[in-house]
Amino acid sequence: MKLLIKNGCVVDPSQHINEKMDVLIENGKICKLGKNIRENDCEIFNAKNMIVSPGFIDMHAHLREPGREDAETIATGTRSAAKGGFTSICCMPNTEPAIDNQSVVKFILEKAKKEGKVNVFAIGAITKKRHGAELAEIGDMKDAGIVAVSDDGNWVENSALMRGALEYSEIFNIPVISHCEDMTLSGKGVMNESYISTVLGLEGIPREAEEIAVFRDISLAKMLNTRIHIAHLSSVGTVELIKEAKTRNIKVSCEVTPNHFTLTEQAINGYDTNTKVNPPLRSEDDIQAIKNGLADGTIDVIATDHAPHTITEKEYEYDNAPFGIIGFETAIGLAITELVHSKVLSLSQLVEKISYNPAKILGFETKGTLKIGSDADITIIDENKKWIVDVNRFLSKSKNCPYHNRKLKGKVIATIVSGKIVFHDSIRESK
Amino acid sequence: MKKGINMKWNRKDLLGLEDLTKNEIKLILDTTESFKEISTREIKKVPALRGQTIANLFFEPSTRTRISFELAEKRLSADVVNFSASTSSLSKGETLIDTARNIEAMKIDCVVIRHSSSGASYMLSKKLNAAVINAGDGTHEHPTQALLDMFTIREKKGRLEGLKVAIVGDIRHSRVARSNIWGMRKMGIEVRICGPKTLLPVDIEKMGAKVFYHIEHAVKHVDVIMTLRIQKERQGQSYFPSIREYSKLYGLTSERIKYAKGDVLIMHPGPINRGVEIMPEVADGPYSVILEQVTNGLAVRMAVLYLVMGSKTKEASV
Repeated sequence: MKLLIKNGCVVDPSQHINEKMDVLIENGKICKLGKNIRENDCEIFNAKNMIVSPGFIDMHAHLREPGREDAETIATGTRSAAKGGFTSICCMPNTEPAIDNQSVVKFILEKAKKEGKVNVFAIGAITKKRHGAELAEIGDMKDAGIVAVSDDGNWVENSALMRGALEYSEIFNIPVISHCEDMTLSGKGVMNESYISTVLGLEGIPREAEEIAVFRDISLAKMLNTRIHIAHLSSVGTVELIKEAKTRNIKVSCEVTPNHFTLTEQAINGYDTNTKVNPPLRSEDDIQAIKNGLADGTIDVIATDHAPHTITEKEYEYDNAPFGIIGFETAIGLAITELVHSKVLSLSQLVEKISYNPAKILGFETKGTLKIGSDADITIIDENKKWIVDVNRFLSKSKNCPYHNRKLKGKVIATIVSGKIVFHDSIRESK
Repeated sequence: MKKGINMKWNRKDLLGLEDLTKNEIKLILDTTESFKEISTREIKKVPALRGQTIANLFFEPSTRTRISFELAEKRLSADVVNFSASTSSLSKGETLIDTARNIEAMKIDCVVIRHSSSGASYMLSKKLNAAVINAGDGTHEHPTQALLDMFTIREKKGRLEGLKVAIVGDIRHSRVARSNIWGMRKMGIEVRICGPKTLLPVDIEKMGAKVFYHIEHAVKHVDVIMTLRIQKERQGQSYFPSIREYSKLYGLTSERIKYAKGDVLIMHPGPINRGVEIMPEVADGPYSVILEQVTNGLAVRMAVLYLVMGSKTKEASV
């Protein structure tokens, strides 16, 4: 029942730790943290030259169950998450049926308990059927276990209804996560609106479709003095709006996906539908603003927005293919390559954004940290291990990923959930 | 007809004019000249593509482009099969890639594709060893239309370099405009585009075109005016309030033609809305070359098919 992780470099921003230490786990909890721990009668994990981090928490994922089990299931999605170093994932409510009542919440959580490799948390819909017309039974869903509400995929366009959602959710102390997109402005757009969309003949989605929505949501959070979390931001303007809001102490937090700090719209040349994602890939300027926002603390969280779609769906024309990129298995490799090795973030800042901050936003007191007594959810990574993305090796049921054959530096070696090793790189590779 | 055209064509496909060089465009236009003569013969058929199979995949309604391609193929003695949207697999839920795989399995040499989605011809070309000719994809490109436009202009004016062309209408939704801007800019033509800002795509000037909102300014001293079909479904949305107002602001009248050069050519890729974007007296008037465009379209498509497919059989004779 005991596991001792020896010789690793522990990076735990919650305790300002960044040094060589051992971690002892007992009964699924962090039991000891210190130098040269000696313990008899326990399994030993040699983490020499590796980073030992509190387990990664993905606060934005799509598991497609119930409804689209052909693209992903809780079983395959959580295996994919484990391989990507995520010990906890939050699934968005755009399932079929939507997670808009306690029975769907219970279905997911029970299924996850039985079949899941990692911790699964459910995010409930803000409005019934995510239709943006009337509030869902948020209190009932909170009782069943939701950790946040969101109509992800849709913006709650009705401002009075969004006001209600922000006020009502405060009772339960759960964040409201907003997918910011003025759909009257994004229209039938499929990529960033720019010279490139003009040349490719694809309908554009201007940055302002996001920024107008972000501005309204920040305004409401200010008026009501409630929290708001902005999902998957993509533009310079959004970074500026949030930065400014934070200086005025408005309770806004936000996330970005690895896609939006790695790829620009140039990737769409050639019409690869695996580059079709919402919000769309933008420009080099946006990437720079996002990197600055990550570095200066404007952007709190890195989330995957893991969005599985079948090969068939992505074989449709660019206009007709669905939006979305899978993200669990490439997130940390991209983050370390694009942010840590290129000196945008320190490793400790990265852990903050992919573990500690999401735990704080979601109110997970025993996660995102390696404090004594916390849940023994741990991710062990080798920040210098080079590897090449191969979609055929993914554990996700879907392959919609624009990074196939990309060289990355930084890999998950092991994922530990409640003291149990749920993924180990060497075991997997020697299969 | 000149024997043994000097082959300089090295591409598997013709997907758009963005990718072509000036010399490649010139090669197609020069080749077209030779082919135009064939259609004036008593026997309008040459054996250039005998034994080769071409599939025309039209996933979007089209009359003149489809007939023009089919006729061009037949006059080159190719074997031709046609799919059209109503009989296609797409309505059965197959993807474009599935369709491509099936075509490949049937050992077809060349695919001519018309599709309502931008990039469809690119997706097909990546999956197929067969040659792919884009007959119009979404709002992306329609290379053979722009080639026939340039051929017609060159035939009438004796040159392309230094001319001024105004393209008027719904540029935003026009693959014809995009292909023409790419092609004409490469050939040294000054391209002016004109329409309400709502019907111009963002940053279009970066393609090398000059932007005008007023037709009188746009057509001033130009050698060619090309009007584009306005789709009636666009009225009443955020594009323009009514066909009536559009026609009033942008319709090509005999009054407006007077701003252009005295020997101006009036062109339209068709099908035309008489009395909307172009007045009947202009469409049928002395400056109009609209029907000659159609005639030249056939010759251009013969040339393109010959070059793209003939590049496989080096010593093709016509």
